[in-house]
This record gives sequence, structure tokens and C-alpha cells, in this order.
Amino acid sequence: MSATEAASQAAAPHEAGRDYFASLARWKVWEILFWATLAGCYFFPDIDRMLMSRVIIWGLFAMSLDVLLGYRGIPSLGHAVFFGVGAYVAGFLGKFGWTEPISGLFFAMFVAGALGLVMGKLVQRVTGVGLLMVTLGLNLIVFDFVLRSTELTGGDDGLQGIVIAPVLNYFRFDIWGRTAFWYAFVVAFVLFVVTRMLLKSPFGLALIGARENPRRMLTLGAPVEGDVSRAFMIAAALAGAAGALLTQTTQTAAPTYLSFQRSADVLVILIIGGAGRLYGGFIGAIVFILLQDYVSALSPVYWYFWIGLLLVIIVSFFRKGLLPSVEQLYDRLRSRKSAGPPG
Amino acid sequence: MAHDGEIILDVRKLDAGYGAAKVLHGVEFTVSRGEMLVVLGRNGVGKTTLLETICGLTTWQAGEILFKGQNIERLAPYRRNRMGIGWSPQEREVFPSLSVQENLAVVYRGGKWTIDKLYDLFPRLRARRDNYARLLSGGEQQMLAIARALASDPDLLLLDEPVEGLAPLVVQEMVAAINRMRAEAALTIVMVETKHEVALAHSDRCIVLDHGVIVHAAPSAEMLADHALLDRLLGVAA
Repeated sequence: MSATEAASQAAAPHEAGRDYFASLARWKVWEILFWATLAGCYFFPDIDRMLMSRVIIWGLFAMSLDVLLGYRGIPSLGHAVFFGVGAYVAGFLGKFGWTEPISGLFFAMFVAGALGLVMGKLVQRVTGVGLLMVTLGLNLIVFDFVLRSTELTGGDDGLQGIVIAPVLNYFRFDIWGRTAFWYAFVVAFVLFVVTRMLLKSPFGLALIGARENPRRMLTLGAPVEGDVSRAFMIAAALAGAAGALLTQTTQTAAPTYLSFQRSADVLVILIIGGAGRLYGGFIGAIVFILLQDYVSALSPVYWYFWIGLLLVIIVSFFRKGLLPSVEQLYDRLRSRKSAGPPG
Repeated sequence: MAHDGEIILDVRKLDAGYGAAKVLHGVEFTVSRGEMLVVLGRNGVGKTTLLETICGLTTWQAGEILFKGQNIERLAPYRRNRMGIGWSPQEREVFPSLSVQENLAVVYRGGKWTIDKLYDLFPRLRARRDNYARLLSGGEQQMLAIARALASDPDLLLLDEPVEGLAPLVVQEMVAAINRMRAEAALTIVMVETKHEVALAHSDRCIVLDHGVIVHAAPSAEMLADHALLDRLLGVAA
């Protein structure tokens, strides 16, 4: 039994615990506004819906890393592997006749999750720099395999001939990104809700406890090593879903999907948004992808330079990320307001 | 305080330490259910190592640890906790980014100690239930560390310097809580404490460690009365 199972079993039968977790899981107004605004983007005039679906997909991808890094404290430099595996599995399915997107997405999640479980078992006793090296190593191995297996994966050109059927046999993917937007939004929202439920339960608390003090969790009856593989499995399945979404909405799967660059990008996105807050990944994705799109249009040659500069500025002013900085400011204003004027 | 005589913890010829380094040498003692045993000694003699060895956090080298009649010396720390061994460490080690309530909920196992009962034991925690643990005072963190250990419903509670560094009023509050734990839940306690007069006044028996060896064992009241012995063993003025 893992720490999370132990914690789940521990809290479940007791009313006090149940009430507490119910209150913890209650949605806040700003959360509803966030999702409503994101959905409302579809109706903005002249909005690039393909770009927005890409933002949502990156947000989901960054959220998956948040489960590992933000909640369990596991750093990874190879998270793109799971994204890429999800993308290629969905691509293979589409190429070889299984064109129905929703079942394809679930299958891609399953394969990526299984890989995550294996990866988690392999690294559950590794920590710190060792963990970075192992995840980076895995990323490089899988990337090289995909790049060189030209007959299987299409190599540098990516997977060709992917066919994706209309969603629910009705909503066809089009070049304006209408279906892509709603498909990505609904999938990301549903997965977000499920992940939120998991993390606002004893499971999430046990992950945070193990992140903050694994030795202490052990002496409180929680075998923390088991949680590493669970966290990897969940994070990998979510990343796999993001990868599958990208393949299904664009009908392409390229080796860059599982490059080290992508692993680094998702880490940057999460750090910009703020780790350990679930929404940090989405906030980071909105800033990073929109900025990337805007700057690359302004400066087609040197856009990466400007992106780098802007990132340095953002991280210098918002050290913990955008969301935690906003939270901090809000808390400060609230406490000043409740303290009232000096007497 | 009364205890029923059933031996809950039996430590036999225990050698333990960190890696190859041996800290405890042939330590032997027993604790009966409901009893409170105090471990005394100067700094660095192995008191904390003894508690950590019972929890499973050090390197066991030889000897036996029997808890409720079962050998536990080779068991993982989480299994020992599930068998009923709770530990409140010297450094408190609360989870700083979790609230008080979350610190308790993360390991809550029900049983004798409901969350409400824990708040009754430490009313200050009830008042600060929504505060982050990192924002608590030292005394409140200590209370939270003990309450969290109780949340896993232990039969044996190991307390490592629970009143160290606390203000006199908070010490009184803590001692009252420890006495209440024993009275209400018949809890067995092994406590390491450097404030020997507080520890001896509220416990049944004591052992004194020196260089990882038990050099003295006696009823607490007897030890408290023998100033010369206290001075010799602990280096305190009579």
C-alpha cells in the first residue's frame, strides 16, 4: 500500500476528514471565471483558434508536470517523452485505421501512463541531480530512437498519413481550429477536474507531505517510494493526453514532440506560471505560447532572443511564478484591509 | 500513573547507529502498557538515536526490538507506525506549506483520536487550524507535531524533547496535555528530555544513557529525589 492509499484509507471513514476534504474541493469563483474566460476566447473576433487550442494543450502538458514537480517534488528533464509517446500512439492509431479520436486519446493515455509507471518504479529511489540525469537520459534515448527509426516513425519528417475521424462522428477537424479548440478545451477541462479532485484529497496531501519531508511521512505510516511511481503514472498519462490532443488536432506527429527542447519548454512554462498550484501550468502556457507567437511574428529571426530576455525579466520580478506572486499580493492586500487603518 | 504490567516494548541487547558507526551498545529495557519512561543523559549520548532506532530510521546492527511481542527491528518505518508506534521528533518537522488541519488530515487514522479530540487537547491548534504550519510559533509547532503523531492512532508515543526551548507557560500547557493523553487514552510514552525535573516529575521510570550505554535505571520519583546521583549522571547542580 502506498502513502496515498494509506492516506485515502485513513481519512475516508471519518466525518471530520470528509467534511474537510469536501470544503477543500469546493470551486472558487475565480476558478469558474478562469474556465469561462478560456472558453469565451472562442468567441473573440479574429482569434486564432488553432493557437488557442495549442495554448490549452500546453497548459494540460504543464499541469501534468506540476503533479510531479509541484506536488511531489520530483524534477524531470524528460517529461516530453510521455507527451511524445501519447502523440505517436495517437498518430499510429490514426494511421493504421483506428481513427476514432476519444478512444484513441484514452489508449494514448494508457500507454503513456504505463510507461510512466515503469519509469516511476525505476527512479523511485533516485533523488536530486540523479533524477534529472535519468529523466534526461530517457528523453535522449527515446528521441534518438524515434528520429532514427525512419521506417516506423517517419524519422525527421514525422509520422505521415494520420487520419482522425470527426469527434462523436459529427464534429470534423477543420483548418480554422473550431473543433480543435472545443475538443482540446473539453478534454483539458475534464482531465483538470479529475486531477483537481485527486489533488484536493488525501492523495494530494500525501504527495505534498512526501515532497516536504519524506522521512517524516515514512514514520507517519506512509511508504513514500510507492507514491513516486503513482505520481509518474498520473503525470505521464496526462502528458500523453496532451500529446495525443496535439496529434489529433493537427494530424501530425513529429520527433520534436519528444525533444529535450520540449521538456525544457514545459518546465519553463510551469515555472513562469507557478508550480504546485494546478493553474500555474495553464497561466504559464497562456503567457509563453502567446508571447512566443507574438514575438516570432515581430522578429522572425531573433525571436528566441527576445523570448529569453522576457523570461529572465518575468522570473526576476516574479520569483515564484506569476500565480504565487498574484496570490501573495492578494493576501497582503487582504490582511492590510482586515487590519484597518492604524489607530 | 497506573499501568497494567503488559510489556508493550522490549528492547534487548540493541546495537544501532548510522551506517557502520555504532552509537547504541547493548541497550536493554522494557516499557509496560500505559507507562511513561523518560530517557535522560547529556548531549550526544544517543538519546535521539534510541528513539530513531525504535522508529526504524537508523542502522540496526544487533539485538532485538519487540513491540507488542513482535520483532520489529527489520521492519520499515511505515510498518512500525502502522503497528502503533508514533514519533514526535525534536525538530518538529511539520509540513510547512500545509495548514494545521492539513497536517493532521494527511495521516489521520481515526481510532482513539478524532480531529476534534486533538483540538480539545491543544486548543491553540483549533484557533489556528487554517494557518500554514510554517507561521506557527515554536510551541504551536510542537503541539502540532504531537497532535499529528496522535492522528495516526499510536499505542506507543515517542517524544523527543517536547518542551525544549518553550516558554514556561507553554511547557505547563504541554505537560498538561501529555498527562491528559495518558489519562484519556492509556498511552504508553517514551520521552527524551533534557529538562529532567519536568520529565521526572511526570513519568514513572527513567533510564540514563551515557555513550550509548544505559548506566542507570530507576523509578522517576527516586531519581528526582537523589540530587547527588542527578549531579553525577547528568552534571546538574544538586
